[in-house]
Amino acid sequence: MTARKFSLGTVFLYGTLVLLALFFLMPAYMAAVTALKMPADISLPTAWEWPSVVNWSSFSDALAKLRPDFINSLILTICGTAGSTVLGSLNGYVFSKWKFKGSDVIFTLFLFGMFIPYQVILIPLFQTLRAMNLYGGLPGLILAHIVYGLPITSLIFRNFYAQIPTALIESARLDGAGFFSIYLRIVFPLSIPGFVVTSLWQFTQIWNEFLWGICLTRHTANPITVGLANLAGGQAVTWNLPMAGSILAALPVLAIYIFLGRYFIRGLLAGSVKE
Amino acid sequence: MNQPRRAGSIPGAARPDQPDLLMREASLDKLKAFLTLLPSMILIGVFVYGFIGNTIWTSMTDWGGSGAMALNPQKHFVGLENYIDLFTGFLGGNFRQDLVNAVYYSVMLLAGAVGLGMFIAILLDQKPKGEDLLRTIFLYPMSLSFIVSGTIWRWLLAPQGGVNVLPKYFGFKPLTFKWLSSQAAILVFNWQDILRILAYIAAFILIMVGVFLLRKDQGKAIKRWLIPGIVLGALVWIFGGLIPDALFMEEEHGFNLATLGIIIATIWQYSGYTMALYLAGFNGISQDLRDAAMLDGASQVGYYRYVAIPMLKPITISAVIILSHISLKMFDLIFAMTGPDNAATGHPALNMYLTTFRGNEFSRGAAIAIVLFLIAAMFIVPYLVGQYRQQGRR
Repeated sequence: MTARKFSLGTVFLYGTLVLLALFFLMPAYMAAVTALKMPADISLPTAWEWPSVVNWSSFSDALAKLRPDFINSLILTICGTAGSTVLGSLNGYVFSKWKFKGSDVIFTLFLFGMFIPYQVILIPLFQTLRAMNLYGGLPGLILAHIVYGLPITSLIFRNFYAQIPTALIESARLDGAGFFSIYLRIVFPLSIPGFVVTSLWQFTQIWNEFLWGICLTRHTANPITVGLANLAGGQAVTWNLPMAGSILAALPVLAIYIFLGRYFIRGLLAGSVKE
Repeated sequence: MNQPRRAGSIPGAARPDQPDLLMREASLDKLKAFLTLLPSMILIGVFVYGFIGNTIWTSMTDWGGSGAMALNPQKHFVGLENYIDLFTGFLGGNFRQDLVNAVYYSVMLLAGAVGLGMFIAILLDQKPKGEDLLRTIFLYPMSLSFIVSGTIWRWLLAPQGGVNVLPKYFGFKPLTFKWLSSQAAILVFNWQDILRILAYIAAFILIMVGVFLLRKDQGKAIKRWLIPGIVLGALVWIFGGLIPDALFMEEEHGFNLATLGIIIATIWQYSGYTMALYLAGFNGISQDLRDAAMLDGASQVGYYRYVAIPMLKPITISAVIILSHISLKMFDLIFAMTGPDNAATGHPALNMYLTTFRGNEFSRGAAIAIVLFLIAAMFIVPYLVGQYRQQGRR
């Protein structure tokens, strides 16, 4: 066994994996090192070197600038996630257990909404929100995230509910349970893992979204991604602030990914239609 | 199973005294199911299909200019004028350059992210020590926002720092490549020739399909694909001069080297995703099959080349569809990496935003959006139809 460990193949395997891991960690290291430097110590040729004096104040400075956006994103993400998962769960329930004539076609038409480049609906969305007096604030953005989240949440829940045996539903119907009581008493209690997967997926998507954030909100309702882009986009910018801001903007989703990675990956796989 | 079975159809299970009531309840429940779906159907109908229709309409008007932001802007129908402008007009030059760049960008991103993801998945499929940790490292970029990764990569690709100074630490000279600002273009072609080039591409595809089908159905492959392909290619070669120029003057477009930095950042962000897809696929292949392949004398390479990867064709298709969709709407990353004002790394998605919301040229922006949409639909519609048919068969 020990002899095999040092075979050429194993050396190649581990060597390649370590190199790749370093490549993938490189941006994270760069962000951390730059965020921890004193602004005066940041220079291009020494960008990779560890700071001589560790300076934590970039984080509090960045947070002071990004706090309103951070709170906006938090409200936006929680409302958008809740709305789209609840509706998606009901849709998935119908699509998997209450199929009617044409429901498969409707489902496919739903899925199409997931794959369109959002530029194609941006102008009418902007107009509609303006006409509804929702342009510029968070409610309009929340509405957009709920509607365009429906395809993916319906898909994940439909695939999830397909695993619940139909016999269970049928026996409940024989006992006199109707559409909603079956959902509330049987399907919903069974779908906690489905809710976890879908919520994590939606949380990440909405938190990371930028295009609608920049096109549909005024300054006071900017989500964190727009705040970060503004922070990093200035001309005479010292790089410690954008780097600290990047880390702050990434923290909630990174935390989800690290602590609930299993569910995150399931959402990822469920998002690729094939199940 | 397509429809939930009527309770009454299970012999001996229905309550014999009131079968009618059960039937009526069942249809009432079906109504409830339909009504539950109805709000979402209306929302998707309006926000997806209605809006797409509206954008198509907008792209055929002259909505733009100084009065564009008025609540009731003046719009007039102008037909396909915006599209003709984009593809042949003087002001559309930027768009044409962006479109060319986006095609190269998509192809390289697809090759890079699928290739690297598959490679990492094969490495991790050897079950190395620390597999869990490595998987976490390879996948974390996927959870980040494009704005976050774009900001960091912009700093990493700064001309006199970042990646360029890395070789210094190994005793080499620093690189001098201008990652995000290079103006050098490779693979240049003349947009004037676009119709001839498209004809060559069509001939090439016909011939490739013919060669591919040669083993299956020789007669059909030669008659339907090979001969038309060769004839088309020859005709274009001989009489190519008769095909009209797309433009009245020469206009050269190519792949801009500054885009390489953006491609690297996108591959960094998305190869973990393809890795996860392939890893799930590899795990789904039974150990028995693997053992059988090994017993038949297949090497490790042979196992992946001839058994595992062909089995995962649906995963490859999914990955290609999802990645091309992402590359077509790529906006955030380019915005964060090169700012909104750099034309060297342009992309139609970014161009659409700038045209519409900075330039107030709504109808022109809508036309760009529709072009993007049509390209995306070319991939997605066949894919979704295939998925739908598969469901029907199940």
